[in-house]
Amino acid sequence: MTWAVFRRALVYVLLSIAAFVSVFPFFWMIIGATNTSADIIRGKTSIGGALLTNAATFFTQVDAPRIFFNSAFIAIVGTVLTLIISSLAGYGFEMFRSRFRERIFALLLLLLSIPFAAMMVPLFVMFSQAKLVNTYVAVIAPTVASIFIIFYFRQATKAFPRELRDAARIDGLSEWQIFLYVYLPVMRSTYAAATIIVFMANWNNYLWPLIVLQTADNKTITLILSALTSAYTPDYGMLLFGTVLATLPTLVIFFVLQRRFVEGMLGAVK
Amino acid sequence: MAQARLERKEQINGWAFVAPALVLLGLFMIYPIVWSLWMSFQVGKGMNLSFGGFANIIRLTKDPVFLRALGNTFTFFIVQVPIMIVLALLFAVALNDATLRFRGLFRTAIFVPCVTSLIAYSTVFKSMFATDGIINQTLMALHLISGPISWFGDPFWAKVAIIIAITWRWTGYNMIFYLAALQNIDRSIYEAARIDGVPAWARFRYLTIPMLKPVILFTTVVSTIGTLQLFDEVYNFTAGTGGPSDSTVTLSLYIYNLTFKFMPSFGYSATVSWVIVLVVAVLSFLQFLVARDRRRA
Repeated sequence: MTWAVFRRALVYVLLSIAAFVSVFPFFWMIIGATNTSADIIRGKTSIGGALLTNAATFFTQVDAPRIFFNSAFIAIVGTVLTLIISSLAGYGFEMFRSRFRERIFALLLLLLSIPFAAMMVPLFVMFSQAKLVNTYVAVIAPTVASIFIIFYFRQATKAFPRELRDAARIDGLSEWQIFLYVYLPVMRSTYAAATIIVFMANWNNYLWPLIVLQTADNKTITLILSALTSAYTPDYGMLLFGTVLATLPTLVIFFVLQRRFVEGMLGAVK
Repeated sequence: MAQARLERKEQINGWAFVAPALVLLGLFMIYPIVWSLWMSFQVGKGMNLSFGGFANIIRLTKDPVFLRALGNTFTFFIVQVPIMIVLALLFAVALNDATLRFRGLFRTAIFVPCVTSLIAYSTVFKSMFATDGIINQTLMALHLISGPISWFGDPFWAKVAIIIAITWRWTGYNMIFYLAALQNIDRSIYEAARIDGVPAWARFRYLTIPMLKPVILFTTVVSTIGTLQLFDEVYNFTAGTGGPSDSTVTLSLYIYNLTFKFMPSFGYSATVSWVIVLVVAVLSFLQFLVARDRRRA
């Protein structure tokens, strides 16, 4: 019996350490936003009095409304378009089978393993020839059809009850109406999970925006903060204040959709 | 006749749903991939390219920075992926116990790192890993080290810091996949094994692992691809240099530098990118082989 108790305690200790290590950097970030750069580098872990100075420095160095608008626009429009295009395809691949489309799907899964680096150079040349470098279109367009999200929706669609579709067909709904009025509401959890995944990927996307967004007024908050971090002596107080702002949207979306997220993940792995 | 018309309607609908995605993938993925394969055999500066045959491949074998990047990428992959997968599995199995208290709290806490923006976590880690910073202070207080480590000034510790950071960010993400899969396993199998007196470690080894194998394979392949493409963290931790003295330069960072920092040589950077494709293909194939062999045994 003592062995069982000991093992139990061990599990709690292990999980507590993991939880502490996972959460500590968030705590550090918030505390850091109230401290001076020198205090942060010295490892101060209590709330300081530099919050307003940090905020003032941040807002004078960064054109915040403009930059956050860029980030929000790219993330929101990108997410909506990705969900539409990729869920349509996932639904189509699963509900209408043909041998030819199965082959295409297999090819897509193969393409999933080709890293972005292999297409980045031609992609950049394409967009510069089309004179679209430094536009929102260039950032969003290549991300909209996501093989990973198509695959995710196809997996989730396997759990969608076919009787619902058959009933809707008998009621005379067209295939598009079935998708819109039957499939969409039933798959809410799947869409919620996909929203978290895609929104976070877009908000945090780094390499491609770094390549195509070239003037400061078009950059996203991720790019601007990254540039400020690479300064020879970065002002960590101001930076951590900025990172708190930059992290808020993804954290809020995560906590709002969390329950559905776990449901959605469970649905897809089944 | 009616049957044939119905079939044709199904076909038209089937294509209509997938067409927008296929057009976009063709334009922004397949076309660039084919183009870059062609580019990788071309030499020249900027857009003045000409066919160079195997010149780029020969250049690869003599390029010290490329060899360095290849080695570093492998180091990150070999050390980081196993640590992360094992930790994620451990946490998932621990959290799958229905009698455990604060399960939701632990789960959220361990998952939450992957919600942060890349830049937030690289800034936070950079400030924590400062020479007088909190990590060194803690390690010194615990008497694990005698003097401060210069995390980003030392080739070895710079790699360690990057591995710690990536593991911090992605362990919870992988854990969620295992947790989801574990919850689909029929509990009665475990009950039966327990009644038959199978010890806990054996239940883990002979029940949990085999049943999770497809998910483990999936996450391993995805993590392999992710690690071999490593760019964001290295770029941000080292201000784009891959330093100190190229000790953290990765293949993706080298491609970026070749294309956008140095005198642009599109052909050669395309060749380097196909090295990643090749390595990913070989490693994924090996991982599938390992998974299949174990099933036979």
